[in-house]
Amino acid sequence: MKYPWKKLLPRYLILVVFMLVVLLPIWGMFTSAFKTSTEIMGGPFSLPSNWSLDNFGQAWRVGRFNVFFKNSVIVTTAVVISSVFLSTLSGYAFGALPLPGKNWLFPLMLIGYMVPFEAVIIPLYKLMDTIGINDTLWALILPQVGLSVSFGTMWMASFFENTPGELTDAATIDGCSRWQTLWHILWPIAKPAVTTLLVLIFMWTWNEFLLALVLVQNEALRTLPVGLAFFQGKYTANIPLMAAGAIIVALPTILIYVLFQRFFIRGMLGGAVKG
Amino acid sequence: MANVTNKYPGESRWKGWLYLLPALLVYLLFTFLPILETIRSSFFQWDGFSQNKVWIGLANYAELFTDPKFHNALRNNLIFVIFYSIIPIMIGLFLASLLSRRPIPGFAFFRTALFLPQVISMVVVGVIWRWMFNPIFGPINTFLRQIGLDSLAISWLGDFTWALPAVGSIGTWVQYGFCMVLFLAGMQHIQDEYYEAASLDGANAFRQFIHITVPGLRSEIAVALVTTIIAALRVFDLVYTTTRGGPGESTMVTGFLIYRAAFTNNRIGYAAAIATVLTVIILIISLFIRRFQRQGIEENA
Repeated sequence: MKYPWKKLLPRYLILVVFMLVVLLPIWGMFTSAFKTSTEIMGGPFSLPSNWSLDNFGQAWRVGRFNVFFKNSVIVTTAVVISSVFLSTLSGYAFGALPLPGKNWLFPLMLIGYMVPFEAVIIPLYKLMDTIGINDTLWALILPQVGLSVSFGTMWMASFFENTPGELTDAATIDGCSRWQTLWHILWPIAKPAVTTLLVLIFMWTWNEFLLALVLVQNEALRTLPVGLAFFQGKYTANIPLMAAGAIIVALPTILIYVLFQRFFIRGMLGGAVKG
Repeated sequence: MANVTNKYPGESRWKGWLYLLPALLVYLLFTFLPILETIRSSFFQWDGFSQNKVWIGLANYAELFTDPKFHNALRNNLIFVIFYSIIPIMIGLFLASLLSRRPIPGFAFFRTALFLPQVISMVVVGVIWRWMFNPIFGPINTFLRQIGLDSLAISWLGDFTWALPAVGSIGTWVQYGFCMVLFLAGMQHIQDEYYEAASLDGANAFRQFIHITVPGLRSEIAVALVTTIIAALRVFDLVYTTTRGGPGESTMVTGFLIYRAAFTNNRIGYAAAIATVLTVIILIISLFIRRFQRQGIEENA
């Protein structure tokens, strides 16, 4: 049953208005990155006369976004891979293995998923100092793995709980060990759940700001969001340069979102929301 | 769930611990123990680096509850709840009700676009909106001048009255698409028969919305409420990049107050007390979300 066009048209118009409210600021920022400083004054939504990449080059080298980008890639890759791996193991323990103490372990893990970062940041600073990794990328990676496995464990546990018992029983009869059952039987069918977890942890880690702001002081160790925040303080009037920096920060998450949209939306509707 | 208790012949009942241990250790060391340490610190007076760490009992909490700066920050967080939560949910319900029941061509594109702010770094969102609100060449003031409202073209983020609603409306911009998508997903579970029966009874679209759609989305509305409220309570990145709490204290929020107390004013104990109070508030609300989610799942099953 479809709408007749008379009913469809007003619906379209309203939707378009709300969509433009979302898209116009992003589009305006995007085009600003290609403009010159004088063109910025010529109207916010005018198009650049020349789609030049000069601003990106300047942000990349002079603004040191090349360094920040590299740091973000290292931190995000390390956090995503280790969190998904550890969460698969611990989720399997909760969802499919005998686990004495499960009743108090589960709420214990749950707390980490619910607390705001503000609750952990103060002692973390001191802790990094004590174990001697202050001002290294490890100081960003380890806490974010800790926070991510909290959500990841619950996410994977609920997947393993809902896999049919016949499947693992059959594997047992065939002589598979628990380890083999996990990787040969369950892992292949876990792909949608794992992909969702992967893209969510990717997005959270890539966008994380407070930990990265506090736990490293060395400019050469900043991640992209922190780099952009300091960049903004320094070049506050240079809109084209800042727009170029903002696009470098946002583009990877936007690309992954467009490619894996289904997984993103499912995960975030499942109660995982950014702070 | 027979497989949970099924034991392999000769398998230790502690096998699960072997799989849990790596994740548990990282979690305990870098998340759980720091939470406990924050709570412990809140009973001390400490500058963060000296040996002079003095137990002062509940004094930090006593100070907190009479500190006008904390009251102001908490009040601003509550005003953010209106912008982050109430308004986006109303817009989301309105949009979802326009779309719900029949397929609209090209809908997938609208959904992709409306959800987009959710995936962008809040620092980038802050950069975008500082440009939008720029008093001289920002799009908002340019537009106001073009339609002859020059007197309204003020310095939004630098104004004592308007900075808070200006930053708050950025939250609205981020959240309403999320609410819409959430509600649309929920509407798929409302049976068409209800609407058909209501139509036969002569109920108009508005009455159908109030009496069928809204009650049918009860658990989704609860999820939206609690998630967006938590976002409003822990806001930090956005305030840091747009106003740093200013002008004066007009956009100061609890998250930023913690940051300032701990890392600018070196009052670790006091910052820990604020963080503990904020955490308790958020935990209480989070427990609600879990309950409503579980109810939602049971209803759908």
